[in-house]
Amino acid sequence: MLKSKTFVKKTRAGGVLKIVREHYLRDDIWCGSEVCKECKDEAPVLQEDACIESNLCAYPHYLIPDTNVVLHQIDILEDPIIRNVIILQTVMQEVRHRSAPIYKRIKDAIHEKEKHFYAFTNEHHRETFIEREQGESANDRNDRAIRVAAKWYTDHLAKETNGGSLKVVLLTDDRANKEKAEQHGLIVYRCEEYIKSLIGNPELVDRLALQSDERNEITGSKLLFPEHLPLSRIQSGIKNRVFLQGTFHASRDNYLEGTVYINREGEDINEVLLQGLQNLNRAVNQDVVAVELFPKERWVAPSSVVLQDDSPNDEDAEEDETEKKLKSEPLESSILKPTGRVVGIIKRNWRPYCGMLSQSIIKEATRHLFTPADRRIPRIRIETRQAANLVGQRIMVAIDGWPKNSRYPNGHFVKNLGTAGDKETETEVLLLEHDVPHQPFSQAVLSFLPKMPWSITEEDVKVRADLRHLCVCSVDPPGCTDIDDALHCRDLPNGNLEVGVHIADVSHFIRPGNALDQEAASRGTTVYLCGKRIDMVPELLSSNLCSLRSNVERLAFSCIWEMNHNAEIIKTHFTKSIINSKASLTYAEAQMRIDDTTMNDDITKSLRGLNKLAKILKGQRIEKGALTLSSPEVRFHMDSETHDPIDLQTKELKETNSMVEEFMLLANISVAQKIYDDFSECALLRKHPSPPPSNYDILIKAAKSRDFSIHTDSAKALADSLNDATIKNFPYFNTLLRILATRCMMQAVYFCSGMDSDFHHYGLASPIYTHFTSPIRRYSDIIVHRLLAVAINADSTYPDLMDKHKQSALCNNLNYRHKMAQYAQRASVAFHTQLFFKNKGIINEEGFILFVRKNAIIILIPKFGLEGTVFFENKDKPSPHLSFDSEGPTLKVEEHTFHIFDKVKVTISLDASNIQHQRIRMALTEPVIPGVSVPAPESEPEAKKPKLDR
Amino acid sequence: MAGLELLSDQGYRLDGRKASELRKVQARMSVFAQADGSAYLEQGNTKALAVVYGPHEVRGSRSKSLHDRAVINCQYSMATFSTAERKRRPHGDRKSSEMSLHLKQTFEAAVLTELYPRSQIDIYVKILQADGGNYSACVNAATLALVDAGIPMRDYVCACTAGFVEDTPLADLCHAEESGGGTSLALALLPRSGNIALLQMDARLHQDHLDTLIEAAMTACKGLSEVLDGVVRQHLEEVSVLTRD
Repeated sequence: MLKSKTFVKKTRAGGVLKIVREHYLRDDIWCGSEVCKECKDEAPVLQEDACIESNLCAYPHYLIPDTNVVLHQIDILEDPIIRNVIILQTVMQEVRHRSAPIYKRIKDAIHEKEKHFYAFTNEHHRETFIEREQGESANDRNDRAIRVAAKWYTDHLAKETNGGSLKVVLLTDDRANKEKAEQHGLIVYRCEEYIKSLIGNPELVDRLALQSDERNEITGSKLLFPEHLPLSRIQSGIKNRVFLQGTFHASRDNYLEGTVYINREGEDINEVLLQGLQNLNRAVNQDVVAVELFPKERWVAPSSVVLQDDSPNDEDAEEDETEKKLKSEPLESSILKPTGRVVGIIKRNWRPYCGMLSQSIIKEATRHLFTPADRRIPRIRIETRQAANLVGQRIMVAIDGWPKNSRYPNGHFVKNLGTAGDKETETEVLLLEHDVPHQPFSQAVLSFLPKMPWSITEEDVKVRADLRHLCVCSVDPPGCTDIDDALHCRDLPNGNLEVGVHIADVSHFIRPGNALDQEAASRGTTVYLCGKRIDMVPELLSSNLCSLRSNVERLAFSCIWEMNHNAEIIKTHFTKSIINSKASLTYAEAQMRIDDTTMNDDITKSLRGLNKLAKILKGQRIEKGALTLSSPEVRFHMDSETHDPIDLQTKELKETNSMVEEFMLLANISVAQKIYDDFSECALLRKHPSPPPSNYDILIKAAKSRDFSIHTDSAKALADSLNDATIKNFPYFNTLLRILATRCMMQAVYFCSGMDSDFHHYGLASPIYTHFTSPIRRYSDIIVHRLLAVAINADSTYPDLMDKHKQSALCNNLNYRHKMAQYAQRASVAFHTQLFFKNKGIINEEGFILFVRKNAIIILIPKFGLEGTVFFENKDKPSPHLSFDSEGPTLKVEEHTFHIFDKVKVTISLDASNIQHQRIRMALTEPVIPGVSVPAPESEPEAKKPKLDR
Repeated sequence: MAGLELLSDQGYRLDGRKASELRKVQARMSVFAQADGSAYLEQGNTKALAVVYGPHEVRGSRSKSLHDRAVINCQYSMATFSTAERKRRPHGDRKSSEMSLHLKQTFEAAVLTELYPRSQIDIYVKILQADGGNYSACVNAATLALVDAGIPMRDYVCACTAGFVEDTPLADLCHAEESGGGTSLALALLPRSGNIALLQMDARLHQDHLDTLIEAAMTACKGLSEVLDGVVRQHLEEVSVLTRD
């Protein structure tokens, strides 16, 4: 089988090294076509009748794209219409070298069975391998290799089909390559030519990436931007400290401004301000760029002007005027920031963007501007023929490039998401914008689900502790279907109490390494949006087999403590178990049982025992300095038919909430200790770093305004001083302070114990912590379950579990997913709040000032948990006299001075003037300031019937 | 950008081999007339020269001699021009002493030393070109040299390396694969009995994978033994033709 003809390939690296590698050529690499009888391929990929209707090639054909086509037109290749494509190894290697994300995408396409993409290993095929000739560049050699392979396919298929109709078509955008290929008698088309010829799929044309060909020079020869420097000069510049490298963050409010964060250590400047289009020089948010600093004379303060790029059309209008406006800002030497300009882009971080089309004024035009939903992204020019259909739709667009003579980047249309303002569309947009994987689970993933009907087997009973007789119950929010924890408590003969926390045994169903596991690992967490849940694991598991519902037998992972009546742990025991929950209660139901003295059944007794212990545990925890923080959370009451929010309610916390929480914390801490003891190198833990003192400035200042002092030396001191800060006739004051304190905190993160030394959880005041109790909705818990299972010899280990680098990479993904899930959640709440106010009309409400800014106050409405800004400067009205005192902080508007925590009254309405960025508008009604506040509406406007409003 | 892709999705390695395929092995015996036995062996681009002297009386201090069996003395060295970078390699550096020791252990297990009490057998191996699997090339070359010297052995000793990439065991690693990270396991096998003469691995590998890796290395060794056997028989034919005249 091994017919090895040894070739020697020589490459030079570093000038001196001579690397000699063997290169075996084979004659057992098959062409992968169904028609071929000669090749002994067992499962040919390419179909016999490979037909895409095209008026250029009326015969069945296979496509061979060259490297640049794959790199630039990957969106096209991924389309389900494009099938039967041969991807050459030469192309794969070049793509791998040039762009990792595209390499990943093309690999995914090859794995997709429906696509019939075949990877042909031409470099190792005896007849298609070529050696580089004298004086031939590597690129030319690769182009030739592609042509040779295409030629071989042409001949091979012609021989197999006896001159039949099956052909191969080479796609290339390189003119020289095309000419040469034609000389060899190949069928060659430019990608654009070919796609345009496809009958019945005109929408594909819109997805063509624009090539920076001379044809596309739309904006004339006027250069708008300075040239980017080549990478080699950037690198040497960075080395010589002439340039700085950093990540570009565009400003949300001002499209002519951005900041580059320098992430190198030992640099005394860590932020560079960029102002003006010329200096931004085509950097797009999140790009890694090289910047050159300006001399100190040109350093300025960041402008506080809000500028939005909304010039009406495609014209590259002169920006001089607005830029002048920027520069005429008064200068205060104390707050000057280093400024600079972008000299080159080190790495683009472009992704497809969601947004809307602004149609060109000229009716027949095919070039239009696209406005992304994210304000930090510039508008993108795209070419489409279906503009009329796309207006008012949310669409997705990818950037192809930004030539130096174009005001806007060029891009192409990727996909239509639906009508803007539609609930489904908006949800889709916010999921996409927050990078939440939300496609339905693939067949491969579903294939690893247990077969229904599922039941507990003999073997399970043998290896697990049978706890079916225990009086276990679960307590959850109403409507919860993914129940992952249940509790029990009973008296032991020796007078102590036995407390058990039973967690759904998800790791029993999700075995390491399979597609289901990988999918769950990549999703990382279940995302809860208003009225929608994006599951981490398929529903069969999340809502059925793993969910610890009442009166069914379920597998669980139990953590059982023996405690005395002072809640001191005497013994801890972990075991895999089988339980049968006796009741699924809501928090309110559980509370009712505890309070109702007439009820004395087992469940109620168990709950009372738990509740008593929980109170002691909580007391101990607070004694140690655990923080009780607060954030305004709201729940929507949804209309059961339209799923529109009809009422809004702040979340209420009952004693039972804290009871469940207390035991979950205890279980998490016990498990964290256990897995860390057994696997000191690779335990997955969660930490919450203590915030730097400067974070507390706002809080301290705010408290000082009401004559309280907040001590932030330790968590304990902070907790105590927060407890003391209460005002008798202002009960909400303490909550406001706690809301502010929450804003000062750092993010809690997952990490691998072998990669870090600081384990402390600041908020919970625990030296060690992890997540164990929600494996249905968090992947971290699944890993912790596996670790614990290995530690108690209940399950076998696998290599990746013990690899701290892989663990650490996993943690990074989980942290990212959690952050994004949180943002998505907030965005969803914001969107539903908007829907709610759209239905309500204008409302008057009471609120408190949360922050005082230079030209605005930020107000929190406790009733809705809603935050909004009241601006005192208005475009069309003369602005009132403002004086800001940063010490207070206070803001004096005309005669009235606003302090932090002041009570005010506002009207709330929905500002729908910009369909992409609808927002809640607040206007002041009390205190009355002439010219600033608005008169309160006479009576409550009638709430329109929500159903009619749709 | 990212390092080399050691195993493509299509199942081909860097040099075009499949996971379980060996490199091309070529060998010649009796390359030197002066020595008692000698052999030259190429395993892909790894080239080794082995020379055997003995059995003869123990040279140097008499105290080294053993009363019941022969002493095996191995020396391993690399040519200055054997790697990509030209480098002078003094005798007795750590790496080559370790290698010498490994070779010694391997052949003590294979040679019937008890037939030659109070005597010594010298095995000298030199790597002329290094491209991964130096140890195995040395063992294979030395086996041929011992056969050439007519020293009785229990069996051929065949050695081969195996690595582990993306959950697939790779046989007979080349230099790029060895240095590309991951595990490399060297195994010397007496193929007929299936006994392992030496097993060496210094990287971390999860226990679950060890068996599959050893299995892969053993299969590779058996493949090699067929090649070596072929070389010996061919050599024998050539020699007998010459002597008949």
